[in-house]
Amino acid sequence: MNKIGDPGAAGRPISADQAMARVNASLRKRYGAERRFRVYGIASVTVGLAFLALMMISIVGKGYSAFQQTYVDLDIYFDPEVIDPDGLRDQESLMRANYNTLIKDSLLFLFPEASGRRDRRALGALISNSAAFDLQDMVITDPLLIGQTRRVSVLASADADMLNKGKISRTVPESERRVSDQQIAWLETLRDRGRFEKRFNTSFFTHGDSRDPELSGIWGATKGSFYMLLITLALSFPVGIGAAIYLEEFAPKNPVTDFIEININNLAAVPSIVFGLLGLGVFLNFFSMPRSAPMVGGLVLTLMTLPTIIISARASLKSVPPSIREAALGMGASQMQSTFHHVLPLAMPGMLTGTIIGMARALGETAPLLMIGMVAFIVDIPQGLFDPSTALPVQIYLWADAPERAFVERTSAAIMVLLGFLVLMNLSAIILRKRYERRW
Amino acid sequence: MGTCPKQTGAGLTSSTLLLLLVAITVTGFFLGRRRAVALAGAGGGIRSLHSLPGHYGLFAAIWAGIPAVLMIFLWQSLESSVVTDLVIRDLPAEIRSLPDARVGLFMNDVKNLVAGNIISDELTPEIRQAADHLERLTLLSGWARTILAAALAGLGLVLAWRLIRPELRARNRVESVVKGFLIACSTIAIFTTVGIVFSVLFESARFFKSVPITEFLFGLEWSPQIAIRADQVGSSGAFGAVPLFAGTMLIALIAMLVAAPIGLMTAVYLAEYAPRQFRSVAKPLLEILAGIPTVVYGFFAALVVAPEIRGLGESLGLSVASESALAAGLVMGIMIIPFVSSLSDDVINAVPQAMRDGALALGATKSETVKQVVFPAALPGIVGGLLLAVSRAIGETMIVVMAAGLAANLTANPLEAVTTVTVQIVTLLVGDQEFDSPKTLAAFALGLILFVFTLALNAIALRVVKKYREQYE
Repeated sequence: MNKIGDPGAAGRPISADQAMARVNASLRKRYGAERRFRVYGIASVTVGLAFLALMMISIVGKGYSAFQQTYVDLDIYFDPEVIDPDGLRDQESLMRANYNTLIKDSLLFLFPEASGRRDRRALGALISNSAAFDLQDMVITDPLLIGQTRRVSVLASADADMLNKGKISRTVPESERRVSDQQIAWLETLRDRGRFEKRFNTSFFTHGDSRDPELSGIWGATKGSFYMLLITLALSFPVGIGAAIYLEEFAPKNPVTDFIEININNLAAVPSIVFGLLGLGVFLNFFSMPRSAPMVGGLVLTLMTLPTIIISARASLKSVPPSIREAALGMGASQMQSTFHHVLPLAMPGMLTGTIIGMARALGETAPLLMIGMVAFIVDIPQGLFDPSTALPVQIYLWADAPERAFVERTSAAIMVLLGFLVLMNLSAIILRKRYERRW
Repeated sequence: MGTCPKQTGAGLTSSTLLLLLVAITVTGFFLGRRRAVALAGAGGGIRSLHSLPGHYGLFAAIWAGIPAVLMIFLWQSLESSVVTDLVIRDLPAEIRSLPDARVGLFMNDVKNLVAGNIISDELTPEIRQAADHLERLTLLSGWARTILAAALAGLGLVLAWRLIRPELRARNRVESVVKGFLIACSTIAIFTTVGIVFSVLFESARFFKSVPITEFLFGLEWSPQIAIRADQVGSSGAFGAVPLFAGTMLIALIAMLVAAPIGLMTAVYLAEYAPRQFRSVAKPLLEILAGIPTVVYGFFAALVVAPEIRGLGESLGLSVASESALAAGLVMGIMIIPFVSSLSDDVINAVPQAMRDGALALGATKSETVKQVVFPAALPGIVGGLLLAVSRAIGETMIVVMAAGLAANLTANPLEAVTTVTVQIVTLLVGDQEFDSPKTLAAFALGLILFVFTLALNAIALRVVKKYREQYE
């Protein structure tokens, strides 16, 4: 295009008409290029958005079923012969009784054809291991149940649950799936008799991790994440804001403060796994703090989020106009008073926004936590800052590795919960920014 | 630090003690303020005070609280080692003369006995005696800590009380303490860097003692197994990291091939073409991609993308590894798109409008303006942004841990499984190993390389971006 007005190829000057003709001749090509460029742009945006949509759809599609869990209605005969043959009815013998037998008996009553040992075992595998404990609790709270028959709704095993949700394909050869043809037939009979029931999966929100998918939940990991964020917030907010105030309002321009600034900028870009190595080397090995503790996780995440918080806090301090400071100083306030009484309150919304975004990043962070031993299999719900625990993203990682089919939907459901938390945090940051942001 | 509150069974627990100190501090504030007002009332009214009454209150609070809190932290960090030393000193001579490691084992048993855990050895009278001793000392230490802290707080309060006079420059004193706190906050960045460098450097140095650094940097074989028995198959570990570097570069390259054009075109389209309404919807939506935790990307890569690619490859007659570099790189590229696009957006917007107007006035189409005026002007900034994106791709962990392989193949074929530096760090350090084996130390050496490399990339990128920014300001 920039050949217009140039001497012609042979060095002869060309007339205006000739030049116009050349331009017009090239126009079609140039407009074509323009259109293509535009299409590339639209395509790029679409690729990004399409991927986002695909990811969300596939996660929700895989995960929504985990919020419901299959229960089976069984007529349980609380056989005195099994529970308490000696008729003592005391706590100890009720605790010791084999409640699994009750469940098996009830199933055998429904399916008398299952006679061999293998059949019985296959039948028992339809019901979760936890059902026996539920029965035990029932009997202990109400010993009068013994000798009666009750319809009890017991938790189905993960395999039965998967089959009920249609996640086990029957077209797969029998040897390649976890559920045998016989078990499928039994389950279909149960379903046809209306014994299946899908209920909201409360245990997913109240339990810790478990080897049995139908018993595993995210409460332990959520609590671990909560403790960690608590520490991160309690440390990184005051320290980050203190550092930002010093660097923005007080620090003289000298090599030391320059060095601090370079450090902060570099730390903001250091891969998170390196912070995990720091935690392992310094907190665990040097200070010999306990492994897997939310305390250590919180410290590591604090160091990781501090640069982000400092940078955003400095930006919001910078946006407060100098006239505010000058007015305060002019009224006789000290520099400290002008900062804390006038500049800081005006900069606070921006600082809070930055802090929330930093916290959201810390909540989703996984890699450094792997380094400090938070990947352990932990069933108990952590009760304090030093109890071993995992975190929500680490739980996702652990479940994603688990071979059982039923963990896939739980992984996706845990991702949905994690994303829910992140959306909440980011929304509150946006609202805060919209409501309190001031432009001078 | 390091001891959890449950273990200090004696005296007040740390949290109660801290609560008590807070109470004393708050009391100190009110006492100090009252004292200042009272003194002023006696001699010429409140105007005779140098500072506001609240400053005197803060002055007293600082004296009451800070020394005691500092003392508690110091005590906490030294307690366990001092107590252990004291117990060891009083052990029978035959145990003390054992090598250090054995004494350490003995002390572990003693501590386990005190904590009520199972001990590894049989319960000898020596252990029992030492455990009693340890328990006594811990009890003593707990009480000593409580009493000392309370005494320090009380003493500070009394001192402040005596110091407060109308002419005391309380505000200046308080402000210098606050300033000290602010300075301390800002130096944490330095300590973090020092902590990273030291923790990585020390262990790496130990690693390079057993594995020569040249073998590590240039060796072509990576199999970090260390034999349990000497005659085991493949008993000598090989620590040549070149396959890891190659794998990391391959995945980062794939990621950049996805992220650079898409991110750049997205930024151009949103900045130069898109109607404002579309922009205000599409931009936040794309930024969601940046906010999604990487573990979610990893899950998606391993569970959705990798099988898809594998199926696609098989239908084309190609053999694709189930943990192919392509899947991990592709998903990582998508993750980096918003990073590239927002950085390029910044630099594209920083190109002065006059330059665009000039080009358009000469008859250039919009795309010609972008390609021949805006891009060249923004090039340094874009290059800087891309370098930052590369450094992020190299340091990214979860996607590759979940979707890339473990076997260190030296290959340039994106359909095969490769492993990366970060994957190896995670596999070497997760799980229980003894801490001194070259296997664990190798992870720190890899961490050192990763740290140095990303640091260098970032430094170059920041310098490029900065230089460019100055041009148009």
